[in-house]
Amino acid sequence: MSEKEMKFEEALEKLEKLVKQLEEGGLSLDKSLETYTEGVKLIKFCNKELNKAEKKIEMVLNEDEGYTDVVPYEQGEELN
Amino acid sequence: MIQWGFIMEKKIYLITDISKYLKDLLANDPILNSLWITGEVSNFHHHNSGHMYFTLKDENSSISSIMFRSHNSKLTFDVEDGMKVNVHGYVSIYEPRGTYQLYVDDIEPAGKGALYLAYEQLKAKLEKEGLFTEEYKKNIPILPKKIGIVTSPTGAAIRDILSVVRRRFSNLYVLIVPSLVQGDAASSQIVNGIEYLNKRGDIDLIIVSRGGGSIEDLWAFNEENVARAIFKSSIPVISGVGHETDFTIADFTADLRAPTPSAAAELAISSRLELEKDLNNNHSRLINAIKNKLDNISNRVKIVTGKRIFFHPEELFAEKTQNLDDLSRQIEWNMEKKLNLFHEDFRLLNSKLESLSPLKTLSRGYSITSKKETIVDSINNIDIGDQIRTQIKDGQILSKVLETEGG
Repeated sequence: MSEKEMKFEEALEKLEKLVKQLEEGGLSLDKSLETYTEGVKLIKFCNKELNKAEKKIEMVLNEDEGYTDVVPYEQGEELN
Repeated sequence: MIQWGFIMEKKIYLITDISKYLKDLLANDPILNSLWITGEVSNFHHHNSGHMYFTLKDENSSISSIMFRSHNSKLTFDVEDGMKVNVHGYVSIYEPRGTYQLYVDDIEPAGKGALYLAYEQLKAKLEKEGLFTEEYKKNIPILPKKIGIVTSPTGAAIRDILSVVRRRFSNLYVLIVPSLVQGDAASSQIVNGIEYLNKRGDIDLIIVSRGGGSIEDLWAFNEENVARAIFKSSIPVISGVGHETDFTIADFTADLRAPTPSAAAELAISSRLELEKDLNNNHSRLINAIKNKLDNISNRVKIVTGKRIFFHPEELFAEKTQNLDDLSRQIEWNMEKKLNLFHEDFRLLNSKLESLSPLKTLSRGYSITSKKETIVDSINNIDIGDQIRTQIKDGQILSKVLETEGG
């Protein structure tokens, strides 16, 4: 697992904790607002991570000398 | 000469000739030159040369058998003593020893199929080695960004997988590593694909996949090199091979087995969708919680500011003023009481004091006699000629003692 995913997981975990704390309602107003702000930051971070990956389908060419170029995958090939 | 001639007429064969003759005979026999024989394997020996030697026997007879390396290398399963087999080959003479033997070019297990047996054998072997052990299974990343798929670029599997990927609108990078998925070359291509993806360093999940087919079609996924490549992969591997009922060795070795290719795609992506849902859920909970908090606080403020005291603050003082009056009245009363008690005490003490005063006694006609400032209260303190002073009500008498007399 790469470091980024760990971060995502951590952020999500932290977010869950904050939400729970806030829901329990025992925090002062200042602390509540602080918690909320931090939660929003974590959500932004997680969303960014979620949408970071590119949306692309490619195929590596397998020539005699091994794997060579990576080219866009053509859906048409599946008709063969 | 006659004898010689006789001898000349005798046909004498060389052993080699006979062997060759017999060999030809057998080779031309329509049965012996190509036949299936069933029996049990015994004295099995796989020689360093690669050739296999064993005896095929039944209850009454046995036949020495040899299977050359060129043939036995194609066997999918391991031959073992006691195994019931059908062998194919021809019967011929081994000239150096003059024995006939069976030259085997194919063996299949009697009863179950060869592939099935090979499958069972490999499964048992790898299981024993721990390749299927749960503790070696890697976690499937919760948010894979780049998925490598080792499969045929033209097969049903990739079509199914990509349709799931497209349907889910997933932000995914998919890299297809084309590979044969059936036939002799398939397993090594699958292995190469897995190794290639590991070498790239940017892929965080691998799917190995092919669509459904017969056990022969799926065979590459039951081969040892594929199982070992999956096990060795430092990138987690999801297998999606054949149909739901197909369990290949690759499935057992993979970090996660998906019943079908599209299920493999779902498993790879669904965690991602779950995360999105999770995140959205947390988002709305966060907003609700802070909203509740703020509502709660503004309610409290409303309740507090709505109290009567904010509109009639003087009531706060009125009560206090009254309280103060009460207290001062109480203090006055208490002081008075205390003073009265004090006066009473004083009066009592004074009268007591007065009754004890010597002046009071003197006024009744008594006197006090003293000698040199000491009060004379005994005849023994007085000597004749002493000067004494007598205090009476209204003056003092100074006298000289003429005589004393005990009383």
